[in-house]
Amino acid sequence: MSDLLNVRDLRVTFQIRREGDMPWAKPRELHAVSGVDFTLKPGETLGVVGESGCGKSTLARALIGLAPATGRAEWIDGKDLLAMTPRQMMRYRSDIQMVFQDPLASLNPRMTVGQIIAEPLRTHRPGLRAFEVKERVKAMMEKVGLLPNQINRYPHEFSGGQCQRIGIARALIVEPKLIICDEPVSALDVSIQAQVINLLIRLQKELGLALVFIAHDLSVVKHISDRVMVLYLGKVMETGPVAALYDDPQHPYTQALLSAVPVPDPKVQTARTIVPLTGDLPSPMAPPSGCVFRTRCPRATDRCAAEVPALMGNDHATACHFPGPLTEAEIARARGEAA
Amino acid sequence: MSLLKIRDLSVRFQTNDAEVRAVNDVNLDVAPGETLGIVGESGSGKSQLSFALMGLLAKNGRATGSVTFDGQEILNAPPKVLNRIRAEKIAMIFQDPMTSLNPYMRVSDQMAEVLTLHKGMSKRQAVAEAVAMLDAVKIPDAKGRVRLYPHEFSGGMRQRVMIAMALLCRPSLLIADEPTTALDVTVQAQIMTLLADLQREFGMAMILITHDLGVVAGSCERVAVMYGGRIRETGPVGPLFAEAAHPYTQGLLDAIPRVDQDEDELRAIPGQPPNMSRPPKGCAFAPRCPYRRPDCDVVDPPLEGFAPDRMRACLAPVPEVLDRRIATTQQKETLA
Repeated sequence: MSDLLNVRDLRVTFQIRREGDMPWAKPRELHAVSGVDFTLKPGETLGVVGESGCGKSTLARALIGLAPATGRAEWIDGKDLLAMTPRQMMRYRSDIQMVFQDPLASLNPRMTVGQIIAEPLRTHRPGLRAFEVKERVKAMMEKVGLLPNQINRYPHEFSGGQCQRIGIARALIVEPKLIICDEPVSALDVSIQAQVINLLIRLQKELGLALVFIAHDLSVVKHISDRVMVLYLGKVMETGPVAALYDDPQHPYTQALLSAVPVPDPKVQTARTIVPLTGDLPSPMAPPSGCVFRTRCPRATDRCAAEVPALMGNDHATACHFPGPLTEAEIARARGEAA
Repeated sequence: MSLLKIRDLSVRFQTNDAEVRAVNDVNLDVAPGETLGIVGESGSGKSQLSFALMGLLAKNGRATGSVTFDGQEILNAPPKVLNRIRAEKIAMIFQDPMTSLNPYMRVSDQMAEVLTLHKGMSKRQAVAEAVAMLDAVKIPDAKGRVRLYPHEFSGGMRQRVMIAMALLCRPSLLIADEPTTALDVTVQAQIMTLLADLQREFGMAMILITHDLGVVAGSCERVAVMYGGRIRETGPVGPLFAEAAHPYTQGLLDAIPRVDQDEDELRAIPGQPPNMSRPPKGCAFAPRCPYRRPDCDVVDPPLEGFAPDRMRACLAPVPEVLDRRIATTQQKETLA
């Protein structure tokens, strides 16, 4: 099957001018996303994980043209989404929709639910008549678990979980092929989070949607994804099928990240070995030379400072000079440094 | 002998619309050196409970009941008494370190302030003590960094500063309100390890308020699960997680995906949390409960012991809840 989306060497660079800089001074560059490759098949879910500041949200915004990006993002018909003018992009916007993190902030408080969900239709399907729009909106509300008779209410009358359902309905109304979800459940309580995750999975199966699911919660990503990509300072550290990546992580960063996720089971949680990461995320304005993770890596050597590791491997790929499970000695060393 | 004794604590807020019953008849004990987890979703009353203890309720809030600390009544105590107890006996850390630290003051100044006020130290002594405490929370180069302003620290480091500040007077109880919610997982792991180490070192008790069951599983000895302003289940962490006896606790555990397991489907809890200005007449969880029976809409069941050290507030028999069959059938029906 051909790829729905084929992204090669995606880069997002922001020009930063600092207060006090002379007007003629050259702005400094911040590489928010530097050279990300991935492919997405129709109906597939790609999970993107990483800590705050790793570039996962910028990646999402770049894909729909909300952040300036270079590289290539080839859509299923062979067209490069990143090379398009806004007018050309218009056609593709109904194929790619987005669901945002803050459910209430992403809905216009002065529009009714019906107007919010209908808005993409009015833009992308201008030929539809008013009653057809209303019918479609009502059907979509039902599909996402909202009562169609609430069509005239305003966002503030709904809870966070319901607002997220409105956001999902708005994304789905134009029958997209791909939905980019940027932290769609992290603002929600656990009991509501499960409702929204189940809804997304159900809709995905029904409609054959592809999802790019961005989240910092590794347990949620594991549950929903087919493939996972781990980002650190704008670079892919490791990517692979969900089972391989979670059961057999190769990159030291992935291992540290996974070990830090708390498990809601006292027996398991108290027995787990946490690989501590020392220090903080380096500034993206001045990333470390070579491998960007080396400053916090228990396995770093001189080679890591000199050479940038390439993403090696086919299905399950790792960007590390020395991949493989951390040894007990390395974990002990990491703990010693943390203490 | 318990350090903190909470009896029939209720918190009410007067708003223009109605009276909001944020906390209802809570009874809890904290033993010296113990870690108690209070778990609940937003609006469950877990934060208001801790604010009431510390005398930090908003102006329209009123707390009733009794809270004794070391035998002394502290609920609604005059500010003079509270100021002695806060910081010296009970300290609190909050979710967002940036809004809890004073952005205009150097860390050295705000930390020294605590010591000069409470311990009567000179400024020089106080700053030296502050540096020692920053060392204890493992801030590298504490001596140099004590002169910085809060915004010059990263999120994790800021949380360490707040912990250091809370521990300056060696309190015997630390209340941590969602201390790691704003942090990344790797930093969260660092902070939780640090808190456990400090707790051992200083021999203090801790109340950990969180919505994250994983964090509770890793660091608490006892848990209280709150919903709709009431405690629905309490018990030692092991048995409570292994055999959750309240439908809500069980629902929460079934609703979270786990990183160490594969689950086919998450069992979501249908519906939404109650509006506490118009709480349901009976059990607040009844409208979402798979084990609901007619009585649940009339009586709000009291918290009762059903096994050693364990209590729950539910009308459904324990075996029926532990069996889970009713809940899983309901889940299948709603999906069909």
